[in-house]
Amino acid sequence: MIEVKRLSKRFGDSLAVDNISFSLSKGEVLGFLGPNGAGKSTTMKMISGFLSPTSGTALINGDDVRNNPIEVKRAIGYLPEGAPMWADMSVGGFLNFISAVRGFKGIEAVNKVQKAAELTQLSDVLMQPIETLSKGFKRRVGLAQAMLHDPEILILDEPTDGLDPNQKHQVRTLIQKMAHKKAIIISTHILEEVEAVCTRAIIIAKGKLLTDATPRELLKKSRHYNAVSIAVPSIEKAQKVLEELDSVRRVQPIGENWLVAFPKTKEPINEEVAQALRSARLKINEIRTESGRLDDVFRTITRRS
Amino acid sequence: MTTTLTIFRREMAGYFATPLAYIFIVIFLILAGILTIFVGNFVGQGHAGLQSFFGLHPWFYLFLIPALSMRLWAEERKTGTLELTLTLPIRLREAVVGKFAAAWCFAGIALALTFPFWITVNYLGNPDNGVILASYIGSWLMAGSYLAVGAFISATTNNQVIAFVVTVTVCFFFVVTGSTIVIDFISGWANDEFLEFVRYISILNHFAGISKGVLDLRSVLFFVSIIGLFLTLNAIVIDRIRSN
Repeated sequence: MIEVKRLSKRFGDSLAVDNISFSLSKGEVLGFLGPNGAGKSTTMKMISGFLSPTSGTALINGDDVRNNPIEVKRAIGYLPEGAPMWADMSVGGFLNFISAVRGFKGIEAVNKVQKAAELTQLSDVLMQPIETLSKGFKRRVGLAQAMLHDPEILILDEPTDGLDPNQKHQVRTLIQKMAHKKAIIISTHILEEVEAVCTRAIIIAKGKLLTDATPRELLKKSRHYNAVSIAVPSIEKAQKVLEELDSVRRVQPIGENWLVAFPKTKEPINEEVAQALRSARLKINEIRTESGRLDDVFRTITRRS
Repeated sequence: MTTTLTIFRREMAGYFATPLAYIFIVIFLILAGILTIFVGNFVGQGHAGLQSFFGLHPWFYLFLIPALSMRLWAEERKTGTLELTLTLPIRLREAVVGKFAAAWCFAGIALALTFPFWITVNYLGNPDNGVILASYIGSWLMAGSYLAVGAFISATTNNQVIAFVVTVTVCFFFVVTGSTIVIDFISGWANDEFLEFVRYISILNHFAGISKGVLDLRSVLFFVSIIGLFLTLNAIVIDRIRSN
């Protein structure tokens, strides 16, 4: 559905987006990750047809964004960074405008606006001017705008920015509900969001695509993947025992009674660790296996570039 | 066409959603009244006509129209709604024309609300209503030219104050090129073709012709060309924002 081909964007001397390619099909939710200024928004702005690429292009359902911008814009629902809107309009007036621009008329237009308002829980504020709304509400108006025409493709630039935890959860649930029949790209700083809603993640830094993988694959790259945390009464003895194990690369004490054992290969070592401590007659208060940390991976990957 | 109309309606509603429209219209009418009566000597002129009223329009628009046009694009650039507009299935020309048409129509409403002057002169005497109609049309065309210039300048910046000041300056230039001071100054060294050109691009000359009651096709064409030219430049500027 989305095919991004060797997309580049130059601003003056700096290359904001450097030769990025990827494709996305129906049912996928792609998380765009990267430090600030990495080129995430610029890439999204080019796919949605706001900025024209310096070189390369994006195809949406086979339509080239450079040659058929109107077809592309019809197929996409786009939430720009910061969810800009005409502040003096009412929520209802704004959504009516969007549905008119999207070509809906009469009862169909009314239905589309109602549906979008219901999905984003805006039905109670339709009469209110947008400028009087809180940040969370504004973001939801932006989302309602993007999904009003039930597009096959959704591009959402930081859809949960500025929302409280409940609202974040709401937006994620919304995305998950739509995910199976759409292709969705979201950019975010929140790594837990990637684990929660994305089926794939792309990491960008300095305009370059560094990684394109599933969140699981990314987690595997974490040094915490399959690491074992153990709470023991005396960490010195336990540390000695664990350091002698072949499968353990390193043992790190955390605080006064926690140890983390990192595996040499990324295979699970929890059984072995527990076994070794029991054989040494050491008491284990608690033991858990870590599934890896995305922020680890994020930092390692983006720092390398 | 439908999309242009949708944008036109949104813009129009935008004017009346805030006190801006009402304040603008009230100030427009008060200024028109005061200037016509005190500067134009409407009462003392001794005959029933609206020359003193229309004669001031080129000067009076110089400040009011840029106040209307300054926000057209500058505000959209600043708040980011430009990105929203350009990622909806809207063609650039539809956005440019829709926004301009709404502003022009709004200026037309303000102008039409000066009708009490027309009633007054008809009550006091027998003015040539043909001349008055031609003058109204000419004035509206002139307002459109100022607006098109303003829309273009507004597209080049995201600062409304800059848009205002530059538009006043550029419009001032288009007005004074026809005045005797400028013509006398230029005629000292310029050749005839250049002098003719300077005279031709003067809004003042074209409007003066129309307000005498001659709805000269060349002058109408002049205003329409100015509008066309600056709206095209407007579209080009917006398109350039997209490539950089």
